[in-house]
Amino acid sequence: MLKKLSIIALTALVAVVAPASAQSKKDSVIVGMTLEPPGLDPTSAAAAAIAEVTLYNVYETLTKINEDGSVSPLLAASWQATSDLKSYTFKLVKGVKFQNGEAFDSAAVKFSFERAGAANSTNKDKALFQAMEAVNAPDAETIEIKLKYAEPNLPFLLGQATASIVEPKSAPTNATQPVGTGPYTLGAWAKGSSLTLAKWPDYRNAASVKLSKVTIRFISDPAAQVAALLSGDVDAFPRGTTARTIAQFKSDPRFTVLIGGSKAKTIVTINNKKKPLDDVRVRRAILAAIDRKAMIEGAVDGLGTPIGSFYVPGSLGYVDTTDINPYDPEKAKKLLAEAGVTTPLQLSLRLPPPAYARQGGEVLAAQLAKVGIVAKIENLEWAAWLSQVFNGPHDFDLTIVSHVEPFDLVKFTEKSYYFGYQSEAFDKLYQKIVDTPNEADRAKLLGDAQRMLATDAAAGFLFQPQWITVINKKLKGVWKDVPQFENDFSSWSWE
Amino acid sequence: MVQAGAPAPNAFWRRALRHRSFTVGALLCLVVLGAALLSLVWTPWSAYEIDVASKLRPPSSAHWLGTDVLGRDIVSLLLVGARATILVGVIAVGIGLTCGVALGLVAAAQRGWSEELIMRFSDFTFAFPAVLSAIMLAAVIGPGMVTSITAIGIFQIPVFVRVTRGSAGAIWAREFILAARAAGKGRFRITVEHVLPNILSILIVQATIQFALAILAEAALSYLGLGTQPPQPSWGRMLNDAQTLLFQSPSLAVYPGAAIALAVLGLNLLGDGLRDLLDPRLARQR
Repeated sequence: MLKKLSIIALTALVAVVAPASAQSKKDSVIVGMTLEPPGLDPTSAAAAAIAEVTLYNVYETLTKINEDGSVSPLLAASWQATSDLKSYTFKLVKGVKFQNGEAFDSAAVKFSFERAGAANSTNKDKALFQAMEAVNAPDAETIEIKLKYAEPNLPFLLGQATASIVEPKSAPTNATQPVGTGPYTLGAWAKGSSLTLAKWPDYRNAASVKLSKVTIRFISDPAAQVAALLSGDVDAFPRGTTARTIAQFKSDPRFTVLIGGSKAKTIVTINNKKKPLDDVRVRRAILAAIDRKAMIEGAVDGLGTPIGSFYVPGSLGYVDTTDINPYDPEKAKKLLAEAGVTTPLQLSLRLPPPAYARQGGEVLAAQLAKVGIVAKIENLEWAAWLSQVFNGPHDFDLTIVSHVEPFDLVKFTEKSYYFGYQSEAFDKLYQKIVDTPNEADRAKLLGDAQRMLATDAAAGFLFQPQWITVINKKLKGVWKDVPQFENDFSSWSWE
Repeated sequence: MVQAGAPAPNAFWRRALRHRSFTVGALLCLVVLGAALLSLVWTPWSAYEIDVASKLRPPSSAHWLGTDVLGRDIVSLLLVGARATILVGVIAVGIGLTCGVALGLVAAAQRGWSEELIMRFSDFTFAFPAVLSAIMLAAVIGPGMVTSITAIGIFQIPVFVRVTRGSAGAIWAREFILAARAAGKGRFRITVEHVLPNILSILIVQATIQFALAILAEAALSYLGLGTQPPQPSWGRMLNDAQTLLFQSPSLAVYPGAAIALAVLGLNLLGDGLRDLLDPRLARQR
């Protein structure tokens, strides 16, 4: 009897509570994120998590990169380039204010870009801002940028988080107290657990912003991410590592699963400077030992497209280079013998924490073992990986990581980068690409560049990953494709 | 010299086989040991062979317990994993036993400041959990089996020091020790000839219990990524791998979990049984 009564009471309670909670949900959302940003200034630190919180939400840029990779006006109403693509003029939107009440004008843009290109700048795209010969502000609504070389992608590049426009007075404290021109301000930040963005009522298009509160929870554990979604603790999880459980969410009517393309490249970085990896035959042998299909299946459960170079399908001048160093274990053995390498060849394989790297690493080690290369796996934490492999002494032979930035072929011209790749021919070719304003000619040269990197086996190019975003079915406006890491909360709404 | 009352070998085994927890425990331990030995000569599949195309297969005649996320055979992984478990357990307990018993015997024999020094030092070491010291070691020499063995081994030392000092102290107070001293034997000879044989049974029981703890610690460290490194299979890492698949294939977590539980249960039962069987007083009562 008591049991029956309690069930009735419970049903009644649910009936009363359920519609109420559904209604209160209408203007707020709880979002899950894998990594917590180290600060909130995307112009001074490189972590992609910063952009995922702040870009287009707290800070805005001159241009906006849309879901399909196209560029549209944001803080700049319009722009024009000279025919040599070395000089751009942007007309700014009038009447915009920063969240601290200061007016937004060309001086703020000039300050932001010059700060990003300053000698002591830690901006991830410092090279781009240093390539700006002059940033002029002839009047409050106009900004002129003169570049050292032709850059047809400038409007795209200025839509990235690194080109966020900051306010001069508040800029030094942006990491903890961000001030931008965007629709949201930082509400609260409980370090290690969650962060809240509150709608800024004075935003110029405040009426079009539907969600008044966005709570971002940081959940790094894949199993906990799944649990949080299933229990309704979070309404959306953009780019979570839930590849393995995708079938479960697809069959659940409460969720929408968005599988989107990316501009990212997951690669086996080969330390080109270290012996015997400085021998192209050894690098080719490593590539010939890699079965990309098994790798994609093992590392990301099949959610990836094979790539043969440091460039992804859908980009200008993309060519399929996967047949340049195809999977051929016999050839790999021959190449190793030709290079005079005594097998078993001992190499270190130092892996960062993400699942694709850890699982991919085990697959890679097993594949290399078949051709006589013993890859000793070492699992590292991010901090250790950054200080030992990526920065600093580059103490590694092999590693696996995703490069998420779009259009970063330039990394292969940087001598001190952890690739250790050095090729005068490639440097010249890249300079030529930069100096070619004509799109068709550039496309052809970009094809040559991709082929050159593939032929040189500059790295073990694996696949272009796909991002999986799981959201509540009633949540609308969430992007499927993400040309860069960001969440445009101003376009989100509840059905 | 062993004290009177200890039964003859044959009688011991007859009693042992009638002791239920001893036989069950010994059986479980033999299964784990057998699995580890078997894996040296034979496994149904290679535990290192990755076949992504046949990942997450359910149990079948080819793969008795199915395959894991990278298509490796679970049975083979469990068999080879037993090796890591036993290896870490034996060496870590070996370190603890050797160093701990030696220090404990010195403390009991010397008394005075050297006893104070040894006991305070072991208190100090005891304050650090194995996992914490393993994290510290991993930061210095990098994660791996050596790190986990060293960390667990160091963690075992103070336990053995305390047990040895306590029981050896009681032996030193006995009359036959006095007789031995009167006969002109030195402290070292008395320790080796009289004290050690008399506390041996206690140490054996303690060692089985510590072995069980070492297995748990090894699994925990591997689960955290500080112990056995891939591709070397280990039960703790199998658990870690299964964690992300809890919703999809929960059985992946059950197999290594059950293996760890059975190994620990076996050692605890064995320890219990040995305590009963080796205790002269209990033996006389039966």
